[in-house]
Amino acid sequence: MTMSDATRPAINAQTSAPLSGPTDADRDELRRHGILLTSIQELANWGRSNSVWPLQFGLACCAIEMIAASMARFDIARFGSEVFRPSPRQADLLIVSGTVTKKMAPQVIRLWNQMPEPKYCIAMGACAISGGPFKQGYNVLKGIDRFIPVDVYIPGCPPRPEALLNGLIELQKNIRGRHIAGPAPVEADSPTAPGEYPVPAFGERDLEPTSNPKLWQPPVIVRPDKP
Amino acid sequence: METLAQIHERLAARFPAATLTLVPNPAPPAQASLLLDAAHAREIAVFLRDDPALRLDYCSNVTGVDWPEKEIVETTRSVQIDPAGGPPRTIEQKTKRLQPGCLEVVYHLYSMALKHGPVIIRLRTGNRSDQITLPSLTPVWRSCEFQEREIFDLFGIVFTDHPDLRRLLMWDEFTAHPMRKDYVEPDDYEWEPTPHDDVLAKAKAHYPAPAAKAE
Amino acid sequence: MGPHHPSTHGVFRMMVTLDGETVVKLKPVFGYLHRNHEKIGENTTYLASMPYTDRLDYFCSMTNNWAYALAVEQLAGLPVPERAEYLRVILAELTRLLNHTCLAGFLLQDTGASGTPLMYAFREREKILDLFESLSGSRMMCNYQRFGGCRIDATPEWLAAARQLVNGYNAFLDEYEELITGNEILMARTQNVGVLSPALAVNAGITGPMLRASGVDYDLRKVDGYGYYPRFEFRIPLGDHGDTYDRYMVRMLEMRESIGILRQALDRIPEGPVMDPKAKIRGFKPKPGEHYGRIEGPKGEIGFYLISDGTANPYRYRVRPPSLINLTILEDLCLGHTLADAVIILGSIDIVLGEVDR
Repeated sequence: MTMSDATRPAINAQTSAPLSGPTDADRDELRRHGILLTSIQELANWGRSNSVWPLQFGLACCAIEMIAASMARFDIARFGSEVFRPSPRQADLLIVSGTVTKKMAPQVIRLWNQMPEPKYCIAMGACAISGGPFKQGYNVLKGIDRFIPVDVYIPGCPPRPEALLNGLIELQKNIRGRHIAGPAPVEADSPTAPGEYPVPAFGERDLEPTSNPKLWQPPVIVRPDKP
Repeated sequence: METLAQIHERLAARFPAATLTLVPNPAPPAQASLLLDAAHAREIAVFLRDDPALRLDYCSNVTGVDWPEKEIVETTRSVQIDPAGGPPRTIEQKTKRLQPGCLEVVYHLYSMALKHGPVIIRLRTGNRSDQITLPSLTPVWRSCEFQEREIFDLFGIVFTDHPDLRRLLMWDEFTAHPMRKDYVEPDDYEWEPTPHDDVLAKAKAHYPAPAAKAE
Repeated sequence: MGPHHPSTHGVFRMMVTLDGETVVKLKPVFGYLHRNHEKIGENTTYLASMPYTDRLDYFCSMTNNWAYALAVEQLAGLPVPERAEYLRVILAELTRLLNHTCLAGFLLQDTGASGTPLMYAFREREKILDLFESLSGSRMMCNYQRFGGCRIDATPEWLAAARQLVNGYNAFLDEYEELITGNEILMARTQNVGVLSPALAVNAGITGPMLRASGVDYDLRKVDGYGYYPRFEFRIPLGDHGDTYDRYMVRMLEMRESIGILRQALDRIPEGPVMDPKAKIRGFKPKPGEHYGRIEGPKGEIGFYLISDGTANPYRYRVRPPSLINLTILEDLCLGHTLADAVIILGSIDIVLGEVDR
């Protein structure tokens, strides 16, 4: 049984086409002569990728490992991300560190909406990815990617701080390949507030709606082995 | 400390109108408990707290338990002597009895002053649908405050005279009581690589015709 | 305030009414991390709930494991080998050190000493986590205890490493206390803030260091004498005033006592099996009955109430969360203080949201 990638909604395709211009060999040649050749886009991406400011936002167990990653032994400052900001208005990166319950999900989406572009999201730990060990629970959201777009998934329960650092490095690689004008226009935004993701309401038994259909669809099951 | 049977006797003498039942416990530590009737629960709780020999000043744990209606099949055997003189026959008779359901609250009481315990008291509601009120013991022990709110939230027992009876864990708009045994979870099925049992049943319900695509 | 607020130690929300800066009303709101622990526990086997107990109070997975194992062992009447009991005491006291150290760091963070005290605390935490990892395979979610013993035996090298850590811990505490305990700013911010009277503490079911800071001598290690605690010599530190400073101080003193217990346990730990040979790992079904088992966790009395109906799953699985019940008096402590003090009071109560909401 496999999940067909073609059916996934391709709204989060933020990576731009490869740059045309001087090749790496040309640049090395120029650098040897003391000339540094760059573009505004590269410069911006270099700056953005090396000063990702995370939101100081802990949900559950993984938050403790996130704190540990910022402490002396693992020292996230080596990658330019030690500036944990308590306000979403000043942050670039939302680390969803832990179980997102249905009661908490609207608040997480509101925080995401309040963050200025360009912004990135890391789903840290099994719970944030899919509900993890608590997936059977009636109050547990089965993955934050039902409501907001996620750039990097870090599995583990909880992931070690090294895994978080690795996820951050992956995110930095991702940022370096982006277009300077930011991501493509969001198709999944709410009809009333453009640029924002719709916040679900508390229903009588569940969240309403239970997911953002423009962002997430239940995967299609293809079972060639069994009819 | 007195045994629970002694406490039971003293309470029966002190509160003659109350119905008290000793509930035995077959587990090895044998923490037996005392079932109180809801009408006298508050007085008895105050007595247990203030009695100089007991001084159960610390209510540690409050638990809600759901006992749904249960059909009990009882088998009775009777020996019937054959009037014709043959060998006696054993006749098995099966009777079905419907045990009524109820919601139950269990309080574990200890004494911090005299360092003994536990004394366990239980309260039961009349049924699981309309007679679901019980007296709150929060005025006696404040530690019950959040735990009784939690039981109101998850089991739906209404505690009278509770100072602030609102849902504790779920949101206010939520209508169900999820810890009851007959609670049906919201259907937010997600694909799993190896579905089995109830997950497979859900998968089939969500994807009614996967066979057509496979071919 | 909350549920996203840096000082709430997780997703905890307080509805605070202020008069100027003074708190006149405070209502906590829970449930932002309600992960249905009890419902899942009723739908899985006894053993399968063990990893979930790690995630209750994610600082103290070892004591949570022990509390659950103890409740099930008493329910089913299982014996525990001697070496396993010693290992349990060692791990529980290491957990206490870990928890109280981190608490001191977070408390100082709440008073505004941003960064440095927490860095010191986490430096020591990493050392203890290294021990846990080499023993159980996981840093935080140890999943180490089993019904009738422990999962893996400790090697002599592990015990030597533990001894080394214990011997060095007093030096860390000395350094920490020299920097912080007599600090004028800390004393000004915490003394006479959030005074909890003994009568209210008992009536509200407060347990753990919170209770003992108010001067009530009630420690389950002495009262119940579970495990092998009666074999060790230790004292119970008690506070006089019941204010935030006392709650900090009681924990610092408790750590010194824990070091004493650890030294005794590491000296006397016998050889032998760590698992009862008759213990049944698979297909474990206790006889019908019910039991409430409790131990003294670092945050207070953590207990498990289990009702068995003879099947492989518990009929009712209930956790008595110390963090939730210790929050009962939050409003009483905060009334009349400023909002900044409410943050410190919450920090000194020592909550973990995984346990408050379960």
